[in-house]
Parts: sequence; C-alpha cells; structure tokens
Amino acid sequence: MTIAERPTTTEGAIPQPEAAPAEPRAPARSDELLIIFESGDLERTWGTLILATSAAASGMRVSIFLTFWGFYPLVKPGVRITGENWMQKMLSVLNRPGIDHLRMSRLNFAGMGPWMAKRLARQHGVASPGELLEVARAMGVRLIPCQMTMDMFGLSRDDLIDGLEEPAGAATVLEQIAHGTPALFI
Amino acid sequence: MTVQTTHRVDARGLACPMPIVKTAQAIAGIGSGELLEVLATDPGSTKDFVAWSRTTGHELVEQSVEDGVYRFVLRRK
Repeated sequence: MTIAERPTTTEGAIPQPEAAPAEPRAPARSDELLIIFESGDLERTWGTLILATSAAASGMRVSIFLTFWGFYPLVKPGVRITGENWMQKMLSVLNRPGIDHLRMSRLNFAGMGPWMAKRLARQHGVASPGELLEVARAMGVRLIPCQMTMDMFGLSRDDLIDGLEEPAGAATVLEQIAHGTPALFI
Repeated sequence: MTVQTTHRVDARGLACPMPIVKTAQAIAGIGSGELLEVLATDPGSTKDFVAWSRTTGHELVEQSVEDGVYRFVLRRK
C-alpha cells in the first residue's frame, strides 16, 4: 500500500467512548473541600486561594490544612524572623515569611519572577494572594495549622495571622477524607 | 426582552474568582426569588456562571453579551 492509499482516518480503529448522555449524570456530590497546603509557593498559594474562595462562594465548606512551607505565607506581615533556635530562625531568614513575600517554584530569579507575575496579575484584574486571603477568611474558610510543623519550625500562635483554627494533626485531616471530603495536596 | 433588576454586581475588569465571589456575597444579601444582575468582562465567566448556578441552585435567568460586557441575571433560590 502506498502512502496515498492509506486510509486517512482511523475511525473505527480506536475504540470510541460511548456518546455522552444528553444530561450530565448526577455525580456524587460533596459540599466540602479540603486543601492540604504544603508548598507555600506564590503560584500554588494563588491556586489554593482561588479554589478555596470559589468553593466557599459555591456554598462549600472549605478547610485548608497548613503544613511545612505552607505556614510562611500566613505569618503576620510585621514578623520577619520566626523560631527559637538558630536553625529555626535560619529557615525564616532564608524563606522570608508573609503573604507579600512569596517565591515562585520556578523562574524566581531573586524576586524578579514574582514581581513580574504580580504586575501581570494587576494588569489583568487578578486579585493578589493577600486580597484573596482576606476574602477567604471573610467567607469562613477554615485555616487549620499543623501542630507538628509549628513545633518543628518553632512557630507560635503570635507569629501567625489571627483567626486560625486550633492546631491539629494528620488524623484530623484523614477523618474528613474518610467521610468522603475531596482533598487536594498543593 | 431584557429583565429589569434592582440589585447589581459590577465585576467588570475583574478576573477569576472575583466575579463569582462578589456574586455569592451579593446574592446572600437579597431575598429569595429576587433577581441579581451581574456585569463582567471575564470571558471565562460565561462557563463559570452556568456551573455556579448548577452548584448553588440559584437560577441563571438570562445571559447576554454586548460590547465585550457579559450580563447575567440570577434568581436567588
């Protein structure tokens, strides 16, 4: 068979999915959302807060479990150094806390990347992470600190913004998942 | 025919998720059965408002676009 004789379509060769039903099937519904926020990166903080605020606006009960790097965005704006011993302090020195000082996971370029991303966001009417955090709190999104991370990083409740839930651990998160709450790890 | 409304959200110039957030906040402040008009310029809002109305149960009564401004009319459930 020459190339010209080859069939030009693969129709029939690949199993096609059944035609979609006219009406979307009623899926299992959840009115809760859990986000395990671990990265603390600028772009992932943005994504986390956009999802959290949209879910809250859709009537969902939203919890964000803060762990590891996910804590630093929620350190109070005025607090520069956190921790008690030199290693804990070094973490906050090398990873400047605060929602206005987040780094990007790539193309950070010593802050040039975030500066450009924020500028582009402003030009396109995208709310900043700080603004979205305020919206999330106003809409009742629950922020649950991980007790283990707080201990390990030497973070106190006074270092963190007001209005957080009582610190908890993995079992608290897993109880929600066990009851069917969809969970995202960001 | 254009439905007349008394409550309005102006989300022009705002990107996702603010049109939906502002709409959710505004609809919480009106009575059941009342209408809310939303103006937006985010092209994604045409899909988002349909999805949001399905998720929340607030009826999307009308949807139109004129000069790049999307207009949605929602009825609070």
